[in-house]
Amino acid sequence: MDINEIIKPENKVYGKTPILKDNILHYCPGCSHGVVHKIIAEVIEEMGIQDKTIGISPVGCSVFAYNYLDIDWQQAAHGRAPALATATKRLMPDKYVFTYQGDGDLASIGTAEVMHACNRGENIVIIFINNAIYGMTGGQMAPTTLLGQVTATTPYGRKAELNGYPLKITELIAQLEGTCYVTRQSVQNPAAVRKTKKAIRKAFENSMMKKGTSFVEVVSTCNSGWKVPPVQANKWMEENMFPFYPLGDMKDR
Amino acid sequence: MATQGAIVVDKERCKGCGVCVVNCPTEAIALSHEVNGKGYNFLSLVNPEKCIGCANCATVCPDSVITVYRVKI
Ligand SMILES: Cc1ncc(C[n+]2csc(CCOP(=O)(O)OP(=O)(O)O)c2C)c(N)n1
Ligand code: SF4
Ligand code: SF4
Ligand code: SF4
Ligand SMILES: [Mg+2]
Repeated sequence: MDINEIIKPENKVYGKTPILKDNILHYCPGCSHGVVHKIIAEVIEEMGIQDKTIGISPVGCSVFAYNYLDIDWQQAAHGRAPALATATKRLMPDKYVFTYQGDGDLASIGTAEVMHACNRGENIVIIFINNAIYGMTGGQMAPTTLLGQVTATTPYGRKAELNGYPLKITELIAQLEGTCYVTRQSVQNPAAVRKTKKAIRKAFENSMMKKGTSFVEVVSTCNSGWKVPPVQANKWMEENMFPFYPLGDMKDR
Repeated sequence: MATQGAIVVDKERCKGCGVCVVNCPTEAIALSHEVNGKGYNFLSLVNPEKCIGCANCATVCPDSVITVYRVKI
């Protein structure tokens, strides 16, 4: 069959959602951030909540998330997205409010903010991109960096004696009474993308049901920081991150 | 039922990361030897007859570069 007979509007089965603007993402080739942006945009489109959604962008590579999703945004000081989300949701309870935060932002400088927002059970969604490194600033160790992992500040690999242990912050958050849904997902293949999309949709729905905080970790790659090409980075993540950060729901009530 | 697919690549948006290529079940796609305006080896449908329109490639693409079409045959 001639390809031009297939490429017709009536045969289209998948394409870029209009919630994503036409701006070219500034992320490195193959970076997980782009996939997660797309998933959030598709969930917003499918739920029909474009004019009711407010995102809070972090400090980190995704600081410019507001350039890509055509919704309302605020940009928080480093680690303070959950505080801004708290205020936004309390003032505008009919809006869907979510934060989008990296592991440096959420699990390092912003630890207190995220813990207390989750413990208060704020009716917000927290999307946590764990790529085990500070991507934006040049690949320094994050609290989530694995033992033995080489980064700009652990050139011989992370050592527990010197650098402490990798922080499973999602497991800590699952213990807090205020959270209703805590899950860990990934985006390296189509099945994983579909599961993450389901999780993010459920989190958005929860936020309108006054059930408490929904927290979705996405185990991600930072191929530039890790210094491995994109396809190998996904493989490295499966082999090294998944055993320590196992995927699946930790809490759903 | 068999399907025949086709993809359209917005080649100037493509960053040549290759994560789509390894997720294609039929080896229909590959990175091109040519480069786009940014210097990236953009994605190309090299074996159009193999494409089944499953949208795996588009689903994993971080840059929303690929549009997928499918017909029943
Ligand atoms: C108050 C303050 N401290 C430190 C920095 C430097 N800084 C910018 S981004 C960042 C960490 C980013 O890492 P992460 O949150 O994991 O995001 P990624 O880039 O990996 O997605 C740091 C420490 C800053 N901008 N502001
Ligand atoms: S530095 Fe890492 S996290 Fe940042 S855009 Fe590049 S790959 Fe993504
Ligand atoms: S995944 Fe997207 S950006 Fe990467 S090579 Fe394929 S089409 Fe290009
Ligand atoms: S639609 Fe499916 S078969 Fe066609 S190129 Fe993409 S992944 Fe391969
Ligand atoms: Mg990070």
